[in-house]
Amino acid sequence: MEIPLSRAYEPLRRFFAEFPYETNPGAIITCIHETSGIGKPVHAREFRRPDERISALRRRVVVAALFVLLCFGVLGARFYYLQVARYDYFHARAEGNRIAVLPVVPNRGTIYDRKGVLLARNYSSFTLEINPSRVDNLEATIDALAQVIKVDERDRKRFRRLLQDSKYFESVPLRTHLSDTEVARVVARGFRFPGVEVRARLFRDYPMGESAAHVVGYIGRINERDLQRIDEREETAKYRGTEYIGKSGLELSYESRLHGTTGIEQVEINAGGRAVRLMSRVPATPGYDLELSLDIGLQKAAEAALGERRGAVVAIEPETGGVLALASTPAFDPNLFVDGISVADWRALSDSPDHPLLNRAIYSTYPPGSTFKPFMALAGLESGKRDLTQQFGNQGVFTIFGLRFLDRKSRCQSQVDLHRSLVYSCNTYYYQLAHDLGIDTIARFMEPFGFGRRTGIDVPGEAGGVLPSPQWKRERFSRKEHQQWFGGETLSVGIGQGYNAYTPLQMANALATVLNGGAVFRPHVVKHVVNTQSGAREVIEPQPVARIPVREAHLKAVRQAMVDVAKIGTAARVFADARYEAGGKTGTAQVYSLRGQRYVEGQVTERLRDHSWFIGFAPAHDPKIAIAVVVENGGFGSQSAAPVARLVMDYYLLGKPIKGAATEGDEAAAAELEQ
Amino acid sequence: MSEWRFHPLALLRAAVRAIDPLLLLTLAGLLGYSYVLMMSASPERLDNLRMHFAVALSAMWLVAMVPPRRLLSFALPLYLAGVLLLIGVVTAGEVSKGARRWLNLGFIRIQPSELMKIAVPLTLAWYFQLREDAIRMREFAVAGVLLALPLGLIVVQPDLGTSVLVAAAGVYVMFFAGFSWKLIVPVALAGLLGVGAIVGFGDHLCQPGFDWQVLHEYQKQRVCTLLDPTQDPLGKGFHIIQSTIAIGSGGLYGKGWMDGTQTHLSFIPERHTDFIFSVLAEEFGLVGALVLIAGYIVLLLRGFVIAARAPTLGGRLLAGAVTMIIFTYAFVNMGMVSGILPVVGVPLPFISYGGTALVTLCVGVGMLMSIERSRVAAKE
Repeated sequence: MEIPLSRAYEPLRRFFAEFPYETNPGAIITCIHETSGIGKPVHAREFRRPDERISALRRRVVVAALFVLLCFGVLGARFYYLQVARYDYFHARAEGNRIAVLPVVPNRGTIYDRKGVLLARNYSSFTLEINPSRVDNLEATIDALAQVIKVDERDRKRFRRLLQDSKYFESVPLRTHLSDTEVARVVARGFRFPGVEVRARLFRDYPMGESAAHVVGYIGRINERDLQRIDEREETAKYRGTEYIGKSGLELSYESRLHGTTGIEQVEINAGGRAVRLMSRVPATPGYDLELSLDIGLQKAAEAALGERRGAVVAIEPETGGVLALASTPAFDPNLFVDGISVADWRALSDSPDHPLLNRAIYSTYPPGSTFKPFMALAGLESGKRDLTQQFGNQGVFTIFGLRFLDRKSRCQSQVDLHRSLVYSCNTYYYQLAHDLGIDTIARFMEPFGFGRRTGIDVPGEAGGVLPSPQWKRERFSRKEHQQWFGGETLSVGIGQGYNAYTPLQMANALATVLNGGAVFRPHVVKHVVNTQSGAREVIEPQPVARIPVREAHLKAVRQAMVDVAKIGTAARVFADARYEAGGKTGTAQVYSLRGQRYVEGQVTERLRDHSWFIGFAPAHDPKIAIAVVVENGGFGSQSAAPVARLVMDYYLLGKPIKGAATEGDEAAAAELEQ
Repeated sequence: MSEWRFHPLALLRAAVRAIDPLLLLTLAGLLGYSYVLMMSASPERLDNLRMHFAVALSAMWLVAMVPPRRLLSFALPLYLAGVLLLIGVVTAGEVSKGARRWLNLGFIRIQPSELMKIAVPLTLAWYFQLREDAIRMREFAVAGVLLALPLGLIVVQPDLGTSVLVAAAGVYVMFFAGFSWKLIVPVALAGLLGVGAIVGFGDHLCQPGFDWQVLHEYQKQRVCTLLDPTQDPLGKGFHIIQSTIAIGSGGLYGKGWMDGTQTHLSFIPERHTDFIFSVLAEEFGLVGALVLIAGYIVLLLRGFVIAARAPTLGGRLLAGAVTMIIFTYAFVNMGMVSGILPVVGVPLPFISYGGTALVTLCVGVGMLMSIERSRVAAKE
């Protein structure tokens, strides 16, 4: 069957043209006489072979072949030497009494809070382990063991899961936390169970449970991905024998210091694989301890104040940048993860609409709402666009681009100066200010405070947020029509809405910078890394990383206005009977735009309710604590977030214990103040 | 061109004819050996291994169907692309294991130095063929420059294993092109003396603080570990100590398939990749090792025969160089695992787990087939 050469085959035919698949036999010769690869005619030189050159090459091929045989001969001799001449020696080393180099796993460092309360500790306990490579019928062995001690369905399930994850031929625990009687029962019958052993092992425990779970994190069994990372960091020797590795939180970020250095033990081992005699020992160096700046009492107070609601509290010590509390609710119990979390537990956590695994304090970003205003006010003062005495009489209406923006608050409808604008949170004042400053000036001023940028905190998994600017918009959106910056967007940035999105940590740290006279710290949860053997203490981030030049008078004015917020302004009701002087600012982050309709809470479903914000500090004249609170869907700032902050401050400054979640303020009253 | 007729089965026929039965048979034997070993060393990787086989054999087949003339015409573009990518790696590569070897192109991560193992011998063979009538010192100098450029870029990554293979590939082409014995002998002697010096004065050179200037710290470590593996029993020395024990304890006939204690008690690190030979030697003994070597010898001798009989200079040089590269892989790997060469990270050809290296090697075999086919075609 022959068909005319189709056009589609032409390129293929040319590509393989040297071979005689054409039906025209003459073609072969033409092909060989065709051009050489670079387009120069070969002149059929291959048919005039210069014989001497070819034979020279053939001689070299023979030399190469002899060289190859010689090299393989050397290898063969080496193998003969190893496998036959010295077989007895190596056989003894591998099979009989041999010296095994065993790793001595170091004790992992512990983690405790600023007052010495343990947050992560080790304890010793007996486990029953099976070495699958030495057991023929796993199920039968497990059944037999179940006759001796209690082995329930959960143990079996976990065993099977660990077996799958385990590296081949290592012991896999069947039961953990054996009692003394159980140990005795198994050991007494040990001869019946080859490949089964009882071992004392160190376990990790997080006594605080859900408290500070996102911060401390957890360890888990080393998996294939961890192995790869260990390999890439050339730490294989360090992790030989180690089974657990930090998976999240401080356990992850301080892994290299918590782990310690693996020791080496040389032991003589008999044919059964049991150590007979210890030959030499280089002890392991235990991992370093972490002493946190975090106060677990305050952390618990913050978590209790948030209660069942979704939210976050970040408290920072302004003087040092040390994090006092980093709460995110709801949380999870890290102890569930240590030996592999069960499917049911994992489902419960990952499928929950409240996302308990999410660290809202450092990963969730929200528009800051009116808590952005103190920083806007500072920008106005520093840029010279506003001074402290300037008054604006705007009658509560701000008109621009033919649009009218209303401010219903009576207190904002008279002559408003900078101080009054903060105390009563006057939107029209900030529309005008944002318009006067322009978006580029705003973005330039805010950037050093850390807005829209990771703070570099030592807890992993931080989000950067968004500090909006025309440049950001160009990079963020790919389509031309989405890239243009509109004047109206500048106005919403001015009151902390729109594209603004910051983490509670960023807000707390920016506030701490204002309280510090412009010194920017990299916030840190760990205060000291303690070498338990020498007692040496490494201090984490003791110095500010940057200093923003801001005039002290301007900072003072903003701080004073914030103190008056708590005294006579939007948060006055919340701080009415406080026994210390506090400062702060409420904020309400719009979850979605209501497009000019009046905000009526009942009409919006719970999840679309606004987020409640509060940033604050106390005592007013020598701040010991800077705090940022977010309550998701908590409504107005003074309604949910400010009462949480009040309880946390009461605990920290007065030692007042917390009985339950902060009560939500009256909505109508809050609306009157803030809207 | 109406006189051209096309047979629909012609492409298939060409595909069948492109295969050299002896090479294919030997290759199949080696891959089968690899599969059997992997069942013992790392059974969870068998699925991937089968996929690697399929991809590598297809690549081989495709290359085998392309005439050598056409292969050589790809030399320069491949070479230039490879050098550009290597420059990319040096300036913007990803760091892994203290070395900068990978280039992330967004959709794929590639290791351009792997490409050079093929591009370098191809380019040199193409160049010598171009200058066939007048190969003198000047041509060797140019070839040296063509080799030095990518080699330098690979050395600075640093990647000792690939540097050795690429350098060897270039040197082999020059050797077959007739590089003067008068120059080869002194260089070889100097090399031997250097190695002798390192072995002789090893104790002094391996003092901690002693800077070797030309080699990186990790390369110094590897050489020193070779001289005295007990220095670092949990880390780098562990590989050599344990693989030597595994090989030695295998004895004449081995401990039997799946019964290697060293292998299965996890004493052998990287037992599915660079150190797979110690699994072989432990479970199949000296006999198993010699069978493997015999397999290589058949493959290599066939390669040499193809090189000696190839109709064009480019074909001869390419076939000779490809054969010697396969040999280098095998020798360096087995030498390192048995403790007579430093650990340089070269896989055991056709046996070790690793898709990229397998494809590279099979493309080499495909080139041999293509060259052999061109001889047969020329005769017809």
